Amino acid sequence: MEELKTVGDTTQFIVIRLGAEQYGIDIKYIDNIVRMQHITRVPKVDAFLKGVINLRGEVIPVMSIRLKMDLPADEYTKSTRIIILKLEQHGTVGIIVDEVKEVVTLENDQVEKMAYDKEEVNFISGIGKYEGGLISLLDLNIVLQERENV
Amino acid sequence: MDVSQYLEIFLDETKEHLQNLNTQILELEQDSENMDTINEIFRAAHSLKGMAGTMGYKRMQALTHDMENVFSEVRNGNLKVNAEMIDTVFQCLDALDEYLTNIQTTADEGTNDNEPIIKKLTDILNGGKEEKASEPAKEEKVSADENTDEQKWLQIKLDGTDCHVIKEAEKQGKNVYGLTVKIQESCLLKAARAFLVYKAVEELGEIIISSPSAQDIEDEKFDFDFSLVVISEADIEKVKKAVMGVSEVESVIADKLDMSLMDTEEEAAAQSDAGTAGNADVADTTAVAIQEVSADRAVETKATAQEKKQQVAKPVVNRTVRVDIEKLDVLMNLVSELIIAKNSLVAASSSTQEKATTGMGFNEQIEYLGSVTTNLHESVMKVRMVPIESVVNKFPRMIRDLSKKLNKKMELYMSGEETELDRTVVDEIGDPLMHLLRNAADHGLESAEVRAQRGKPAVGSIWLDAYQDGNNVVIEVRDDGNGIDTKAVKAKAIERGTITPEQGESMSEKEIMDLLFLPSFSTAKQVSDVSGRGVGLDVVRSKIESLSGEVEVRSKLGEGSTWIIRLPLTLAIIQALMVVVGGEKYAISLGSIQTIEDVSPDEIKLVQNKEVIHLRGNVIPIVRLANVLETESAKNEDENMVVVIAKKGDRLAGLVVDELLGQQEIVIKSMGKYIDNKCKIISGATILGDGEVALILDANTLI
Repeated sequence: MEELKTVGDTTQFIVIRLGAEQYGIDIKYIDNIVRMQHITRVPKVDAFLKGVINLRGEVIPVMSIRLKMDLPADEYTKSTRIIILKLEQHGTVGIIVDEVKEVVTLENDQVEKMAYDKEEVNFISGIGKYEGGLISLLDLNIVLQERENV
Repeated sequence: MDVSQYLEIFLDETKEHLQNLNTQILELEQDSENMDTINEIFRAAHSLKGMAGTMGYKRMQALTHDMENVFSEVRNGNLKVNAEMIDTVFQCLDALDEYLTNIQTTADEGTNDNEPIIKKLTDILNGGKEEKASEPAKEEKVSADENTDEQKWLQIKLDGTDCHVIKEAEKQGKNVYGLTVKIQESCLLKAARAFLVYKAVEELGEIIISSPSAQDIEDEKFDFDFSLVVISEADIEKVKKAVMGVSEVESVIADKLDMSLMDTEEEAAAQSDAGTAGNADVADTTAVAIQEVSADRAVETKATAQEKKQQVAKPVVNRTVRVDIEKLDVLMNLVSELIIAKNSLVAASSSTQEKATTGMGFNEQIEYLGSVTTNLHESVMKVRMVPIESVVNKFPRMIRDLSKKLNKKMELYMSGEETELDRTVVDEIGDPLMHLLRNAADHGLESAEVRAQRGKPAVGSIWLDAYQDGNNVVIEVRDDGNGIDTKAVKAKAIERGTITPEQGESMSEKEIMDLLFLPSFSTAKQVSDVSGRGVGLDVVRSKIESLSGEVEVRSKLGEGSTWIIRLPLTLAIIQALMVVVGGEKYAISLGSIQTIEDVSPDEIKLVQNKEVIHLRGNVIPIVRLANVLETESAKNEDENMVVVIAKKGDRLAGLVVDELLGQQEIVIKSMGKYIDNKCKIISGATILGDGEVALILDANTLI
């Protein structure tokens, strides 16, 4: 019973690495994590949409979260992974990350909400403090939003 | 018993009956004396009523019951078919259709009693008779038609003493009546009402037996009706009146008791005594016994249906396809062949070591497997196919209504109703077709005066033709009306700012007609109820395009217009040509490819700064796919080019590709919500044998 109680106050995040920074993705949106594989390019779409992959017979779009966040383009290495997200609004989408590190459980008081900034696009919904380090928690709905709507 | 499992069948069959009724009544309107049609209508109405009753849809049952009564009178020659009656019956069918829609979505018929229609039907019924007195006669006829469904007293079992009493009474010149009393369903104290009925009857005579028994009635152990056998000196009308005098009694059916129809223990004695009916009685008795069983079951079904309905709001019905058993047999055969093919492959693979030198067995088996899967695909496709009949059948009725509403005389001619299309397409194609037909009726056909001036027949014609053309199904909607006034369209487009006057100058007739498909473009000067709100043709086009089809219009001013819809036979699996462009693989649907040409670079000419080639008398624009797809062609400029000639309607375009890989059956997959429709020239993706994803080029968007 005690365990159940604590679950309500905590959220699990998968910690990923993009460049030197660590980001957290709420585990409830994650459907799957797969190794980097051949991506079929789709012409005439935004640059951050890298193309589509075949995931066990389903065709799934893949985007580069780096390009979306105006970071330098991806360099594919051995540790590059595609995280398959499932969101109500956008359907199933894969995002490319440099590395998947670990799963952390954050209590709600370990998460600091970000102040809302009108001027700038903010992909981060909050900052998590974990074992001395800081994890930027991604707001997936904003990350996946179309550029013109942001 | 749970009736929900029969819901699908009920919906299917009811739709069929309603459609049948629509068609038959249209026929009746043309030929009001045709007994065959009337009988057919009566039968359909009767089955409809029976089915609604079994499923416990009371309102639907009531409405069909009244409709059936009208036709029963028509059949007996007591009523003449007239325009008003046809209109009322059509209203009635619409109301039934509404019930059906409700049932389909919520499993409940809704709360609309449609009293105005019921009243109209009763008016028609009463109008056909001089006096109200003939009403009971009608009741009798109907009940006779229903195999004495209502005269439940016939199911009462008489024992020896009862028979004796009845015979004695008859000898004394007293009347013996059978009586079935139905209490309103809203009644709360059924037993109390029944008691009052007992009392009222006992004032006039003696109740010798009742069903259910008096004790059961007192304990409320009965449905909403009970039956009595009564000996009385009073006449039958008086007894009925007395019972009807009790409040909350819905109906009383009474008749002189005919012993020959009763189930008695002393069968032999009863038969010889009854005398008149003779040997036929035996058959009658068994018939009654059978009825008793089925009637009981019906009551039971009804009761459980009601309970069920109260318990759960039923989920929406799944969509179904009725499949010809032959098609399933073919499927089964193919699947068994598939298993054989698999087994042979297994055998071939285990024996490869031995046959390594030849390698023959393997290839043969793969070829065999290939042919089996192709056949299997075709058969499954056929299973999904339904004739467009189910959609187009409602159109004659619609045109008739439109004809009345618009006050224009018109006739609809249909052909090719048996043409088959994928179920999903058939479901979706109804609305666009309806729209085109309405357009034809409203805007296309001229008024009677104009037609007379132009020397056209007074009755306008609209054609709906469907036929298969290769891998496509073509549906044409044609009228002999005014045609499209391209000048008016152009003027309107310029007025709306859709095009500039200069653009208008250089546009061909065809291009102008294509303007009609743009959103909010309606040339009707007056907005009418029927069409012309400017939300039409663009919706038609987007719907048809969403089904991977296309629509075009041809028209000649003053002579009429033709709308041509082209639809693919199936959506999920297509034959495609695999090509390579800039190192990437793409699929092009074989349906849109006309030929493949090898073209040398100096055959390319420039017309208005666009590249074209001259091929067998046609000037064909060239599309370099490498540019369109934002990639680099792997070929040198001076090499011969592979050009895929694609067609859309009667327009052609040459698509330049690097390499051809060959023909392949591909399964169309959506690219996922996030990326779908973002790239217009890609219509989907497919997964190749090696697991790689290849995109499907939509050649139509490139032409």
